[in-house]
Amino acid sequence: MTGATYGAAALAVLPLAAILGMLVMKGAGSLDWNFFTRSSVPLGESGGGFAYAIVGTLIIVGLACAIGIPVGVGAGIYLAEFGSGALGWLVRFVADTLNGVPSIVIGIFAWTWIVRPTGKFTAFAGGVALACILVPIVARTTEEMVRLVPNSLREAALALGYPRWRTSLQVVVRTAGSGIVTGCLVATARVAGETAPLLFTALGNQFFSTRLFEPMAALPLQVYVYALGPYDEWHRQAWAGALVLIMMVLILGIAARLVTRTRRVSA
Amino acid sequence: MSAPPTASAILPDDSGPQPTAEDRWRALRTVSRGDVAYRVVLTALALALPLLLATIALELAVGAWPALRQFRWGFLTRSIWDPVAGDFGALPLIVGTLYSSLVAMAIAVPLALGVAIFLTEFSPRWLRGPVAALVELLAAIPSVIYGLWGVFVLIPVLREWLWPAVKPALDWLPIFKGVFYGPSVLAAGVILSIMVLPYIASVSREVLLAVPAAQREAALALGATRWEAVWTVILPYGRAGIVGAVILGLGRALGETMAVTMVIGNTHEISGSLVQPGYTIAAAIANEFAEAVTALHLSALVYVGLVLFVISVVVNALARALIWRVARGSAAGSAAL
Repeated sequence: MTGATYGAAALAVLPLAAILGMLVMKGAGSLDWNFFTRSSVPLGESGGGFAYAIVGTLIIVGLACAIGIPVGVGAGIYLAEFGSGALGWLVRFVADTLNGVPSIVIGIFAWTWIVRPTGKFTAFAGGVALACILVPIVARTTEEMVRLVPNSLREAALALGYPRWRTSLQVVVRTAGSGIVTGCLVATARVAGETAPLLFTALGNQFFSTRLFEPMAALPLQVYVYALGPYDEWHRQAWAGALVLIMMVLILGIAARLVTRTRRVSA
Repeated sequence: MSAPPTASAILPDDSGPQPTAEDRWRALRTVSRGDVAYRVVLTALALALPLLLATIALELAVGAWPALRQFRWGFLTRSIWDPVAGDFGALPLIVGTLYSSLVAMAIAVPLALGVAIFLTEFSPRWLRGPVAALVELLAAIPSVIYGLWGVFVLIPVLREWLWPAVKPALDWLPIFKGVFYGPSVLAAGVILSIMVLPYIASVSREVLLAVPAAQREAALALGATRWEAVWTVILPYGRAGIVGAVILGLGRALGETMAVTMVIGNTHEISGSLVQPGYTIAAAIANEFAEAVTALHLSALVYVGLVLFVISVVVNALARALIWRVARGSAAGSAAL
């Protein structure tokens, strides 16, 4: 049975190697300067790129973080500091439930809440949809990280005369700071790869746009559209776009690990 | 030349009215205003979450109302999808969602449990970290990349290598009947199983780690082999948590959109066969929402989204309750983020 478990582990890791290998094989060749600086070109022409999609993802994810991270971190600190009562239980349950809601349902929600009343597909709606996914993840990881701070630190600060809010902010949260940043980076990586909520909120755009209240392209969206298109040129670009996307996710993950490591070294 | 200040000129004057015991008691009980403001701000931010969930439920219900009023419960039991005539029945979607998720669980659960047991029991210490990291990396890959890989790698492999090899042996079974074009419930099930495996594996691992060491040591002391200790003592102890992990994975599989819509074939039909195309709720919404013309079509899609929302809330609540019973206190479920 030992061998069987080794086999299970090998079988589980195999698709990872297959996917990453395929991404590098098929996508690396198309990553040139044009890819990162030019936008889409008409079919038949060469030299097109995914600049509009990459910039679009950066803007939409940036907006989602600007909305979602303050709310998520605040909720997480509440859960850790004051969350032992009934309200804390409710917020925790709701956060776990929201974590399990499919992202397409969040997309429908953002559509009925923002797109339908305003009458247009906007990057703002896409950002709000992604923020709705971001908030519960950040709340739970922040709560975990703040909980990890030993009580002795709290007690020492209170004994020295700090009011509760100051101990919480300047001592406890500051100590948990790198953990919170890690949680935010991991959540951002997760949200950057989401396609479904953007399908009918940001809608996607064939052209380069940085306007928040117009449809905007996003990297996973364009990979989806190009992958299902009938043209080989599009397929080639889809693979390259997918490689850029996974590199973004991996860089955020590595940054998250580096943040905790630096903190530990300096502590 | 002035005299140096005396002590009584510097120190506060103690001769005025003395604070009473009540004054001192009141001073001790006064809450700092900063504390109140801090708590109010944090509570408001925390309340945003239940408010968000309630708003989501409300908006879904409002959006689905026209279809709810027109089709009522028959929507969930009929098999028609006619946007032109305005007649909608979501049974193929619901059946397809359950079918593809079941196939995914059948493949993923044994593998994920094997990985979890490997990581907690049999793996050499130096291998634990890398393997755990690799399995968690599977969870980090975006869904659309799984779909891309499914369309260009998995489906051709299944169609050209695997199916011709096993077809003579399996063709007579009703679940393998029919011509295999590629996009099928089987392809979706395989992709879903890869996507769901890391969640089940990591939560199962937390559950197995939460089993007290005394149980394992007792089994080994009584002469069990390592595998016997796992199978007869540790797994039964963590049984509720592992069932919870499986249900959590099921919840993920039910809601997965992009990878499924790229490989499942997208046909509004129920067929018992694994090698035929199918449809899921999430895939239908993804495909048809942006192009729906009539208000009733949109409302039918929101209705089916509401069904998915309710299913996922129930499944998740059940999973969390089961996991919490075993891995109490630890944010085991959050590890599956």
